Amino acid sequence: MNQILQWIATHQEMIYVVALMIFVGIEVIGRVPSVLHTPLMSGANAIHGVVIIGAIIVMGKAEGGNVLALILGFLAVLLGTLNVVGGFVVTDRMLEMFKKKK
Amino acid sequence: MELNLLVLCYLIGSVTFIVGLKMLSNPASARNGNILAAAGMLIAIIGTIFLYEENGQKLGNYTWIFAALAIGSVAGTLMAKRVQMTAMPEMVSLFNGMGGACAALISVIEFRHLVHTSDVASIDQSSLLIIMLGLIIGTVSFAGSMIAWGKLNGSIKDFAFKGQHIINIVLLLMTLLLAGHNIINRPEQMELFFYGVVALALVYGIFFVLPIGGADMPVVISLLNSFTGVAAACGGFLYDNKVMLTGGILVGAAGTLLTILMCKAMNRSLQNVLIGSFGGGTTAGGATQVGGTYKEVTLSDAAVVMSYANKVMIVPGYGLAVAQAQHVCHELEKTLEAKGVEVKYAIHPVAGRMPGHMNVLLAEADVSYEKLLEMELANEEFKNTDVVLILGANDVVNPAAKSDPSSPIYGMPILEVEEAKHVIVNKRSMKPGYAGIENQLFFQPKTSMLFGDAKKALQDLLAEVRNL
Repeated sequence: MNQILQWIATHQEMIYVVALMIFVGIEVIGRVPSVLHTPLMSGANAIHGVVIIGAIIVMGKAEGGNVLALILGFLAVLLGTLNVVGGFVVTDRMLEMFKKKK
Repeated sequence: MELNLLVLCYLIGSVTFIVGLKMLSNPASARNGNILAAAGMLIAIIGTIFLYEENGQKLGNYTWIFAALAIGSVAGTLMAKRVQMTAMPEMVSLFNGMGGACAALISVIEFRHLVHTSDVASIDQSSLLIIMLGLIIGTVSFAGSMIAWGKLNGSIKDFAFKGQHIINIVLLLMTLLLAGHNIINRPEQMELFFYGVVALALVYGIFFVLPIGGADMPVVISLLNSFTGVAAACGGFLYDNKVMLTGGILVGAAGTLLTILMCKAMNRSLQNVLIGSFGGGTTAGGATQVGGTYKEVTLSDAAVVMSYANKVMIVPGYGLAVAQAQHVCHELEKTLEAKGVEVKYAIHPVAGRMPGHMNVLLAEADVSYEKLLEMELANEEFKNTDVVLILGANDVVNPAAKSDPSSPIYGMPILEVEEAKHVIVNKRSMKPGYAGIENQLFFQPKTSMLFGDAKKALQDLLAEVRNL
């Protein structure tokens, strides 16, 4: 119990961010018209590609001799990039079509 | 100085994600919102590469990092540029799986680092908890997304067997228990158990999505999308990294809400979707007998009825998406308009493969935004409509949703097409739709059937209309 309280105390800043972000996420999406649901899902999909930052950190920290860590890190960065770049480009393609016929 | 600059980069990243998502919720600003979020992401990535340091140590392995970034960017752009608009949902699912796998890999690497640099019994338990969480959520998201991807592009069929839900629950419990054992007891064989958790989570992810029917795939993708967000947020905890945390939780929360909104549009609970009561091949049937005789309409008759109508409402559905008939549909619309017919589209929120999918498809074919009516508006206009042309939609126009309490789709809001004077239904056959239930609409006197692939039928219809 004490351990859990301690953990909350040391991470309180992060926990506050989590709590507030949950509300922001709900607020932001709440007013989306259904026509934009697919692009929105796709855009959100690109944003969670932010996980790539963790992959870059892991990759950059790997020791040169540790081949397995290098390969796994490389894969992680590669997959993360696919998520980010692919996600944003696909979303842009969808939204481009919405704009055209104005 | 440099570390403070990195903090600024992350702050910019977090703010652009929030503002970008907000702008994505308005048609006028959506595209700029997406670009804004992408710019914020770029700043956060570049900042991490050049400014990040841990214990005064900068990141290394630049060759590896840039090689992976370059390959990923080129491949991602090519895939995203080449994909057909009808295959959009698969694409989103695939990219989502990549993100999930990325999160899981981070956990694997960090875990190996922990185990190989310190004594098993002294590993920090809160780090272990976060690593395990990121691992399980990321792996389930990856496996599930791959199955969803395979299902949507038709290479994986629905697969369910008796008692599958129980096996799923057992699998999930085993995964969590094994992970919990690792965290709480820190056993000697921790590494072995860790890979056991990976294997169990993979199998669970596969079995989790396999029994869910194709029509429910959008809901599942949306759910897996929010899973990946949470997995990314776990990385934020691990590295005390605010931009990963905000981005991840933002998507986790927004994705969960979107999932619930989608379920609501189909009037089903999330639990119902996940257990797959009618996705899983159970033959759910209503109490009222459906049947009788239906009549077919010839192409020339259909063309005449539509050409001399005052108002035609087109109801696009899954069949239009599969046949890629959006362009010829727009052609037909223009030809009819040139003859003085008012043409509009009635868009059900869950028509197609994803909410909003029809809007994207029709926008691709240059259909004007003002012609697309949302369900409530369309339902008011059906009574003044002469001809409703249904293109491969079925469950979203099934009157059983209003009239038959025993029907599995009872209560789902539908497009009330039977208010119109004539209904022409284009389908490939009399086979029921995804929900697996018959549709009384097809047997009503005012309904006539036009069988055939949506694209072929529309092309022929267009030729007839032009010949009049």
